[in-house]
Amino acid sequence: MKPKVAFFDFSSCEGCQLDALDLNPEELIALLGAIDIVNFREVMSEKSDDYDIAIVEGAITRESEIGRLQNIRQQAKILIALGSCACIGGLNCLKNHLPMEEALRIVYGKDAGYYDTIPARPLNAVVPVDYYVRGCPANPEELLKVIKAILLKKKPEIPGFPVCVECKMAGNICVFERGMTCLGPVIRAGCGAICITSGRFCWGCRGLVDEPNTESEKEILTKYGLSVDQIVEKFKIYNSYTEVAR
Amino acid sequence: MTEVKVNVHYLTRVEGHGNIVLNASNGKIEELRWEVTESPRLFEAMLLGRHYSDVSQIASRICGICSIAHSTASIQATEAAFNFRPSEQTVLLRRLLYDAELLESHILHVYFLVAPDYLGTGSVFPLIETHKDVVVRAIRLKKLAYRLAEIIAGRKTHPIALMAGGFARIPETGDLKNIRQEIVEAFPELEATAELLKNFKIPEFTRETEYIALKNDREYAFLSGQIASSDAGLSPLDNYLNITNEFCVPHSTAKYTRNKRESYMVGALARFNLNSEQLLPRAKKAAVELGLNAPCHNPFMIPVAQLVECFHAAEEAVDIIDALLSRGLREESFEIKVKAGRGIGAVEAPRGILFHDYTYNDGGIIIKANCVIPTNQNHNNIQKDMEALAPAIINKPEDEISQTLEMLVRAYDPCISCSTHVLKARITK
Repeated sequence: MKPKVAFFDFSSCEGCQLDALDLNPEELIALLGAIDIVNFREVMSEKSDDYDIAIVEGAITRESEIGRLQNIRQQAKILIALGSCACIGGLNCLKNHLPMEEALRIVYGKDAGYYDTIPARPLNAVVPVDYYVRGCPANPEELLKVIKAILLKKKPEIPGFPVCVECKMAGNICVFERGMTCLGPVIRAGCGAICITSGRFCWGCRGLVDEPNTESEKEILTKYGLSVDQIVEKFKIYNSYTEVAR
Repeated sequence: MTEVKVNVHYLTRVEGHGNIVLNASNGKIEELRWEVTESPRLFEAMLLGRHYSDVSQIASRICGICSIAHSTASIQATEAAFNFRPSEQTVLLRRLLYDAELLESHILHVYFLVAPDYLGTGSVFPLIETHKDVVVRAIRLKKLAYRLAEIIAGRKTHPIALMAGGFARIPETGDLKNIRQEIVEAFPELEATAELLKNFKIPEFTRETEYIALKNDREYAFLSGQIASSDAGLSPLDNYLNITNEFCVPHSTAKYTRNKRESYMVGALARFNLNSEQLLPRAKKAAVELGLNAPCHNPFMIPVAQLVECFHAAEEAVDIIDALLSRGLREESFEIKVKAGRGIGAVEAPRGILFHDYTYNDGGIIIKANCVIPTNQNHNNIQKDMEALAPAIINKPEDEISQTLEMLVRAYDPCISCSTHVLKARITK
């Protein structure tokens, strides 16, 4: 029997879900031959509470979302966190640097009392997560790879090495050589160093590698005359949850 | 006594979370509400304290569908604050990149979100069995738009090379030539899409409202111009707060807006009503063939206006590529001189006019940010449309009432994550 797959989302831009459909027609049709999508609010009206695999986008930012995620976890045999918000909390955690009342007041003014919000957190701060498809946005090919591995009962290969490795392979000039800061040395690869190839630097959207060599990052910073503060501000954009936790 | 209860808790096939609630007794409507329930994301608070060079990357994440529009509005606000004027090449590349987003977003809406209603299914997935050609065409058009964006900015969703000042990387001439050819070859696919829409039985409903969009003398405005209103004429961008008049309501985590009337509309139909004379020839021809005439007061025609705009975007993309190729692409250096000040950026996101308004200190750090999102400007108009439409259909079967109301909201292509929520319907009789 085909596994039943359900898509869910919490606080996010929903870009990862929509990009999940950004496959070639043959790939998408083949995928839909191998799984049954039973829940995908963004593109389908039908709904079902009976599913095997839950693919969840977004961070948890409201009290009520905790229970909803726990229910999803209870129902699903396998839970996949999709994208930076779900995997590491992502940008949402930038608001954690402010008291919640103040963040609400900044946006809603005197009407802040209408709304509830809690410090943002990744899915695994609430429930166990089985697979991570990282990135902002997550790459649909990578999601496809994880789903294929699950169907074949194999372990998907997810890189544990830093972005620098892929960046070198892409033939890029090192960002530090160009006088900018970059998080590549401590951030998990898998993106093909796409941001550096496109002329920018690594923003850290895939989260830290398992054993980040922060000393060596510091050495690099010193070598290029850059300060730790400069890089911390960049690091905060996606990895505030990690930082706050420290 | 006949009671009608419609409770769509999480409308599907829209971006984000919203509900439709309708209670009626003996043909009299007692309660009718479009509710927005998305988590507040608090972007304006998240932008505070960030350096200008990081701001557009963060602002892009407001929306996964219209990230190019958000990035561009953000960059324009930043550049305005620092009195920086981008080069002509940069402006052309930004317009070309935006054409890709408009095309992708509209195709997604017309095929994946709207078409199932008219083809009698709950999603695009069953159509793979019954209308494979339609699905394949939809995916091909979407892919084309993705590739165009990739060539210019490295990626469609959350563009990379697009930054304050200019582009971090210039596209390859060969890639532009190839994609130009692919766009030209896609016109028959857009024409086939028009044939598909011609067969949709679009509900007959009209309610005149105020229409608001950017307008300029040079082109059908997407990325520059003044604020045009069908009721009040032109006003400069720095008057936007007096036009949008955002207010909060307890049943919604999105803000609402009103200007001259109780509500106004933004988006493809508002743009068409205000600027249709500036559409490029193929788009004008498509409008005639699809029976779309300005002014059109039927919100169910929004997807039709979107398709007309797809023709325009494709045609404009070809023209811009030609202009870029004839002037020759070159690496440009740019330098932004930071100063304290405020800047406003406005663009026509696929769903309508979008404002980013930033105030920076002299270190280039944001001290105040405000974003007014297209869907927020439409929420109130959706509500007023529902109030006008519901009495006319209240004696129909409940599932039909629910379906029609859902189609109405869906026609607006609400992007609720942006606006900060989804809709769903349950009916008991």
